[in-house]
Amino acid sequence: MLEIRNLHVNAKGKEILKGIDLTVRAGEVHSIMGPNGSGKSTLAQVLAGKPDYEITQGSVTFLGQDLLELDPEVRAREGLFLAFQYPIEIPGVSNSYFLRAALNAVRKHRGEKEVDALEFLKLVRAKAKLLKMDESLINRPVNEGFSGGEKKRNEIFHMALLEPTLGVLDETDSGLDIDALKIVAEGVNSLRSPERAFIVVTHYQRLLDYIVPDFVHVLHQGRIVKSGDKSLALELEKSGYSWVEDEASVRI
Amino acid sequence: MTTDTENLQQMAEEEYKYGFYTDIESETIPAGLNEDVIRLISTKKKEPEEMLEWRLKAYRQWLKMEEPDWAFIHYPKIDYQEIAYYSAPKSKKDGPKRLDEVDPELLETYKKLGIPLEEQEILAGVAVDAVFDSVSVATTFRERLSDEGIIFCSMSEALQEHGDLVIKYLGSVVPYTDNFFAALNSAVFSDGSFCYIPKGVRCPMELSTYFRINAAKTGQFERTLIVADEGSYVSYLEGCTAPMRDENQLHAAVVELVAHKDAAIKYSTIQNWYPGDEEGKGGIYNFVTKRGKCLGDNSRISWSQVETGSAITWKYPSCLLIGDNSIGEFYSVALTKMRQQADTGTKMIHIGKNTRSNIVSKGISAGRGQNTYRGLVKISGKAENARNYTQCDSMLIGDQCGAHTFPYIEVGNSTAKMEHEASTSKIGEDQIFYCQQRGLSAEDAVSMIVNGFCKEVFKELPMEFAVEAQKLLAVNLEGSVG
Repeated sequence: MLEIRNLHVNAKGKEILKGIDLTVRAGEVHSIMGPNGSGKSTLAQVLAGKPDYEITQGSVTFLGQDLLELDPEVRAREGLFLAFQYPIEIPGVSNSYFLRAALNAVRKHRGEKEVDALEFLKLVRAKAKLLKMDESLINRPVNEGFSGGEKKRNEIFHMALLEPTLGVLDETDSGLDIDALKIVAEGVNSLRSPERAFIVVTHYQRLLDYIVPDFVHVLHQGRIVKSGDKSLALELEKSGYSWVEDEASVRI
Repeated sequence: MTTDTENLQQMAEEEYKYGFYTDIESETIPAGLNEDVIRLISTKKKEPEEMLEWRLKAYRQWLKMEEPDWAFIHYPKIDYQEIAYYSAPKSKKDGPKRLDEVDPELLETYKKLGIPLEEQEILAGVAVDAVFDSVSVATTFRERLSDEGIIFCSMSEALQEHGDLVIKYLGSVVPYTDNFFAALNSAVFSDGSFCYIPKGVRCPMELSTYFRINAAKTGQFERTLIVADEGSYVSYLEGCTAPMRDENQLHAAVVELVAHKDAAIKYSTIQNWYPGDEEGKGGIYNFVTKRGKCLGDNSRISWSQVETGSAITWKYPSCLLIGDNSIGEFYSVALTKMRQQADTGTKMIHIGKNTRSNIVSKGISAGRGQNTYRGLVKISGKAENARNYTQCDSMLIGDQCGAHTFPYIEVGNSTAKMEHEASTSKIGEDQIFYCQQRGLSAEDAVSMIVNGFCKEVFKELPMEFAVEAQKLLAVNLEGSVG
């Protein structure tokens, strides 16, 4: 589904990603872990097409297309979803109005019929229940006045509604208490299917107790320095990142 | 980042979509202004003698006045002798009495603008007193309104048929001595609308006038007067679009509102005059004086405006809160793009006890647009327990535009409570990216973000006007943000 080959990325003239290789197949959950500043969020944002980055080398193929050539909205409509680390507020625009416009943009792209207000309402109610979202949040302006936890939950709510092919979660667990974490994880797990894949970017192992990954990759100084299964995450939890760093520096 | 900025730029340079004009034989007095021209206007309009006297006094006053230069706007000097001061669509007989007597080309123009003049649109519940150039050519729903004792007609007609009533109020809110443009308007105004709501009557429909400038080099000098007698209510809609023109056109309208005891007037405007081209060439100079007088106790005047057009907007719809417990409101959205300049705001003058005023202003600047909020809140010594709440927010789109805020607050009574909130934000690339990541185009994202920003004002507009306003903003922002 997703093929990242030798991806090099600069931000403000500084090289952040220094040759990333990653293959994600349908049905898989990959976790990207790593210390602060390792380039985890950059990778997530580059995949979504955030315009602040310069791609100096490498390629990314998504569903057979050159992802880097596509505008961010086309990537989204093709089924790539990014759950933001810091969700953005849009004052005066209700969450439900925003989502309906988004959903219809995606459906139009797929050649499907737009949903009317009534159908949409049913859909929203079902997804809100799944994520135990307070219905008032649905009619409030997008993320405005939401608590940190509500914002993160809202991201997963968006994802549940838009049903992407590839979900990229950028530190969705940060700022969540344990109950909210469980709800968010349940939401993600309910979306897991043989056709769908996830990249879960996280700093801590905690989230991976609930969203169990097939693969764990450790990102350090812009490179994937270690890959393994979920046991790698547990090892990291126990020993911290320093041993990976040591190992990485030895190898270099 | 650059692509978004380009998008933004492109959107900001989007050309005016209503750029057409209708070729109708106009009867125009040659350019220039002197006492003879004023006499001619007055004669053509078959006005009472008193009116001519008033016009001449205004003219003599105007000669002594200086064009104001305190606003944050820049434009080449206007040559008042190059302007034609009267233009009326030629009537074949004595002017049309019914729709089918109206020039078909004129009706075609209205259709292009989507103005509801025909039967099915009448069902929409809007009575239209259409002002094409300077003379009213069609009035609908008159009978329905007159059953309620409501007078709604052109100013010319009103002066002929209800002369005493008009003269009693004309200039009582905006005297001809008020300012340079008001004096000019008083001397040469060609037409406009008059509306009188009798005691205790709630006007059964929203009243609407569509203004449109057409003939070349013709200044547009409209005069509107609305009087709401005790306990009455009226909602008045004013909307305008103008055809594309090369030359600058001066528009100096005056609107006066009078609200008696327990009366309420809601006045809503959508202004979309031709803004000029990308380089700022052409476009309407819109110097408007709008003021309402809350004369009686418990009266209320509410101004709502959506200003998207004109090369220059100079306009401060204001309220004189004279009656005790009276309320003044001002809700404004002003969008400037390309090289448009807007200096707009309000004056709330608190004179009576327990008077309240509420100001919400949303300025949006794109392209090389300059947007200024200028507002005065004045609490006089006798105004016990006066309250004001002011909120003025500015949004910047791109990096070549400007937003400015000049709030003036004068408090002469220590019991007053004043609140002032202001914010300036740049439309975030983060916001746009967030919308794009959910599948929306950058253009739709901008339109959505701007409409969200203006929501507090839009909710004050009558329903169909609010829908129109949102569309108008979307059209105006097409191609514009990053």
